[in-house]
Amino acid sequence: MTTPLIFERSIPGRRGYRYAASDVPPIAPVEVLPAEHVRTTTPAWPEVAEFDVVRHYTRLSQLNFSVDTHFYPLGSCTMKYNPKLNERVAAMPGFAWLHPLQPASQVQGMLELLHGLEQMLCAITGMQAFTLQPAAGAQGELTGLKIIRAYHQRRGQRRSTILIPDSAHGTNPASAALSGFSVVQLKSGPDGLIDLNELKARLNGEVAALMLTNPNTLGLFERQIKAITALAHEQDVLIYMDGANMNALLGICRPGDMGVDLLQLNLHKTFSTPHGGGGPGAGPVGVTQALEPFLPLPRVRKRGRQFAWHEQGKHSVGRVHGWFGNVGVLVRAYAYIRTLGREGLVRASETAIINANYLKARLRGVLPVPYDQHCMHEFVMTAKLLKAQGITAWDVAKRLLDYGFYAPTVFFPLIVEDALMIEPTETESKETLDQFAEALIRVVEEARQQPDTVKRAPRRMPVERLDEVKAAREPNLRWRPAEASCPTAPHG
Amino acid sequence: MDVPPALFYTKTHEWAKREGAELVIGVTAHAQEELRDIVFIEVPAVGRQVKQGEPAAVIESVKAAFDIYAPVSGTITRSNQAVAKAPQAVNQDCYGQGWLFAIAPSQPEEASKLLSAEEYHKLIEQAAH
Repeated sequence: MTTPLIFERSIPGRRGYRYAASDVPPIAPVEVLPAEHVRTTTPAWPEVAEFDVVRHYTRLSQLNFSVDTHFYPLGSCTMKYNPKLNERVAAMPGFAWLHPLQPASQVQGMLELLHGLEQMLCAITGMQAFTLQPAAGAQGELTGLKIIRAYHQRRGQRRSTILIPDSAHGTNPASAALSGFSVVQLKSGPDGLIDLNELKARLNGEVAALMLTNPNTLGLFERQIKAITALAHEQDVLIYMDGANMNALLGICRPGDMGVDLLQLNLHKTFSTPHGGGGPGAGPVGVTQALEPFLPLPRVRKRGRQFAWHEQGKHSVGRVHGWFGNVGVLVRAYAYIRTLGREGLVRASETAIINANYLKARLRGVLPVPYDQHCMHEFVMTAKLLKAQGITAWDVAKRLLDYGFYAPTVFFPLIVEDALMIEPTETESKETLDQFAEALIRVVEEARQQPDTVKRAPRRMPVERLDEVKAAREPNLRWRPAEASCPTAPHG
Repeated sequence: MDVPPALFYTKTHEWAKREGAELVIGVTAHAQEELRDIVFIEVPAVGRQVKQGEPAAVIESVKAAFDIYAPVSGTITRSNQAVAKAPQAVNQDCYGQGWLFAIAPSQPEEASKLLSAEEYHKLIEQAAH
């Protein structure tokens, strides 16, 4: 299947609208702008009619494999259904048409919403304060690490190391390294959890923070979390929690009560915003009282009955996002939390946990589950038994697409060989979970009896098996008119 | 599995070969097979000081990104720019064209503690069961 690019649909002179003649005298850009900022050539915009654009993008959207069309058990990504009500609320003109430069007096409704969201996130996590600025989980991590550094520096200490369990999200060591910390990996114990003795051996005055994910990427709750945080705090080591897996904890327990000092939430995962295409997201960072002075500014403050921007703070790590963050995502998260309420959030997490355990129970005889305990919102299987047939987790995932299911996360976490990481979320019904289990059972049977079918999958998708190696080694990321074979390509 | 007898090995699947005063470093056949198709390699800058067990190079494959650790402490004397441009060399010839970097060891006694081919062979055999 090939779908031409919108550029390749271009016909010189074709257009959607014709404007009336301008009754304002034209201004030549060269007369009012510095010469280096003025184009000498016209950009090669596609010349197409409105319906060309509509058909093109509608067609592309029909090719999409999304949570609106299919079950999407992509582990660690919390691909829950995003209620359309959130979209309606975010599109309300009172929210959607604001300009970030409008004075606070004109945007009291939005400020009240942001203030309310911060309070709700505090209540859910047990933290003291949040910044809503970070645009995604990894930027939240980076913000958290800046806060960790600022905290130690203010106490006259230069601590250089971050401890990270080997079951952590890959972004954790990346964020720590980007922040200039050196990363020391903690080897998990045989139960897949943090090993207290290993932790004790690694804790010292050089360690700035322990960065952990709870539940971890095996979908297991760190049962010794209070002992872990107490041990770290004895040496003034901060606890950063990656809150990407918060969908397992809503209203059941709070990171603040476990001794966590700071965390990021991935609003686009836990609090439902479409994020399959990579964003936009929101990764607010919550902190304890001791860390509040270091939060990025501005933040919304309530003064009497009015809401205002609080801009100044001597110890703030500074801005991490232009304006006030991805506000549209924040509005959706607010709508989602208010729609579900406390009881609804608890039921969401409980259902996510039950769904994962149900699926694990149905599938554990099909492929082994290496750390087979009661899981939280996700679990990890291994496809290594299929190695003899030359089949990897990758092939299994591709074949599942043919059965109408999105692929689970593969080859992660690294501590499980040939991992398949499955997160059903609370969205799915028992019927869907059963259909998925039956599909996976069939794929494993095929892998044993006719492995070529699995190796060549997918066959029923708009595109078949892609050459991922070539795509990575020789990425072709930009369309250029000279390279295009289409004779109607514009030149310019 | 190809484990040349004249080389030394680490538990983290690097090999080391003595060439004069230098140790040339790469990843083993077992490692490249587990990594699958390699798509990106970052080799260390010449002159960089490395400590034993510290990350010295990075390999990215279709599966994930992995650190390659310095088998001994010392100074990087050479790094293989050809492999950085054409990372498939590690899949095709991991003990030859696919070498990654060379170290002038600062603690010669560290090299004597590396695994022999026999010991490394046992290690990967055990891991397979």
